[in-house]
Amino acid sequence: MPFPKAERRHSALKLKSVSLPYLVWMIIFIIVPTALVVIFAFTDKNGNFTLQNIQAVGQYSNVFLRSIWLGAIATIICLLLGYPLAYIISKTNVRRQSVLIMLVMLPMWMNFLLRTYAWMTLLEDSGIINRVLNFFGLPSIHMINTRGAVVLGMVYNYIPYMILPLYSVLTKIDKRVIEAAQDLGANRRKVFLRVTLPLSMPGVISGVTMVFVPAVSTFIISKMLGGGSNLLIGDLIDMQFLGSAYNPNLGSAISLVLMVLILICMGIMNQFDENGATEGGVLV
Amino acid sequence: MKTAARIYTFLIFLFLYAPIVVLIIFSFNSSSVGSRSVFTGFSLRWYNQLFQDSMLLAALRNTLIIAVVAAAVSTVLGTAAALGITRMNKWLRRVVMDVTNFPMVNPDIVTGVSLMLLFVAGNKLIGGSTLGMTSLIFAHITFCLPYVILSVMPKLRQMDPNLAEAAQDLGCTPRAAFFKVVLPEIMPGIMTGLIMAFTLSIDDFVVSYFTSGTTQTLPIFIYSMTRKRVSPEINALSTCLFGIIIVLLLIINVRTAKDKKSDEAPAKEV
Repeated sequence: MPFPKAERRHSALKLKSVSLPYLVWMIIFIIVPTALVVIFAFTDKNGNFTLQNIQAVGQYSNVFLRSIWLGAIATIICLLLGYPLAYIISKTNVRRQSVLIMLVMLPMWMNFLLRTYAWMTLLEDSGIINRVLNFFGLPSIHMINTRGAVVLGMVYNYIPYMILPLYSVLTKIDKRVIEAAQDLGANRRKVFLRVTLPLSMPGVISGVTMVFVPAVSTFIISKMLGGGSNLLIGDLIDMQFLGSAYNPNLGSAISLVLMVLILICMGIMNQFDENGATEGGVLV
Repeated sequence: MKTAARIYTFLIFLFLYAPIVVLIIFSFNSSSVGSRSVFTGFSLRWYNQLFQDSMLLAALRNTLIIAVVAAAVSTVLGTAAALGITRMNKWLRRVVMDVTNFPMVNPDIVTGVSLMLLFVAGNKLIGGSTLGMTSLIFAHITFCLPYVILSVMPKLRQMDPNLAEAAQDLGCTPRAAFFKVVLPEIMPGIMTGLIMAFTLSIDDFVVSYFTSGTTQTLPIFIYSMTRKRVSPEINALSTCLFGIIIVLLLIINVRTAKDKKSDEAPAKEV
């Protein structure tokens, strides 16, 4: 069809311009705010250039380390708990699969503040878990306001983000590949280690990033379950903007460092994902 | 399922649902404030109080207004953006998609803080409204947009590019070809995006927290409740919300089950 070419180009041009409002939006509400964070991070109260804020972030290296440490532990626990479940679900029949996945997602539709609040009721010294323990003649355990409680809160809130990408990758694995491995004499353990696990790596990677990023930057879970003594990066940022230690310049510097840190982590994770199978694979 | 697998699945679901069950049970507790872990008897008093709490009802109204506006605007803007982005050359498309993905990769708290800086700075420059409903709506549209774009784009990629041209060859104006051919074809993606935007907006706390000023949305109201005097009202509220969610999900599920029967549509990932 030679003739409609010019016309087509014309309509293509028109179509491109329908995204113009979005492009403007993108510049105003994504690029400019990010630039503002950078500008605030490198200026003082009077707007003069300074490196003091960035240097001041160094004082909080223990908070950064704690956040990364707790976030990493939570991510590993999510992976260890979530992988078997995703695997089990992917092996059941299709009808049951959709019910089970629904059940995994259902808690996510309930506000996470409410769910985390409920954990306070469970974990308190006079809370439900301790009451049950006492009922059976066991001693109480102090759980609330500990690091363990913060990690528990993270695992609880973010484990669906681990299960869902793992499940979607595991169901997409071609059954014939597994059958081929079995035909070639691999036992179940070998099939899993040499075939299923490597093929599910894109799911592992997107799961890990989807849990790690919110876990490191959370500021509510630590406040509610950590009792304020286990300050995390999120709490630190909150304090600089809306809290007692009002200093948006320092807050921006901390945000900038957090942002760069996470972008580096994502970059490293993407390196492991050789074939880029996760590209555009958004799962919510 | 084997026994071990069953037990494992049960334990994980016990972990996921334990706090929710606790909330629901204690919403019917007759005991007054201060004993959130002792059940003294069945009562509906917290439900009564809930519906007389004018602050809470105002927060609920704000949340719904914001979610409706944000979902509608981000769906229209996002769909138009997806249409345009698929026609861009490779280089431009990459740049635009990288920027689009940025708010999804970026921690929520940084998005919230950066938008707060923007609104405060904008306020100084232009004057007028401070943080409030307007800034909340702008912020919500911003974090909903990537999700709309990313659910519409795959539908556009699946679509046969010749369809619209065929319609035009058959005498459709480009406008008619769009509304009669392209739009119905990508409608499932648009609907997914719309629903996602709506639920994301209703549930958002972190970004709202930084951009709300004194305006309250439901999550912000819940937050202030959990910090101050803890009232069992909150349990009643969460039980109501959970009930609404289950009903909505059942409706959606029945509808998609019907769709699947009528045509072998690819499974939606939401």
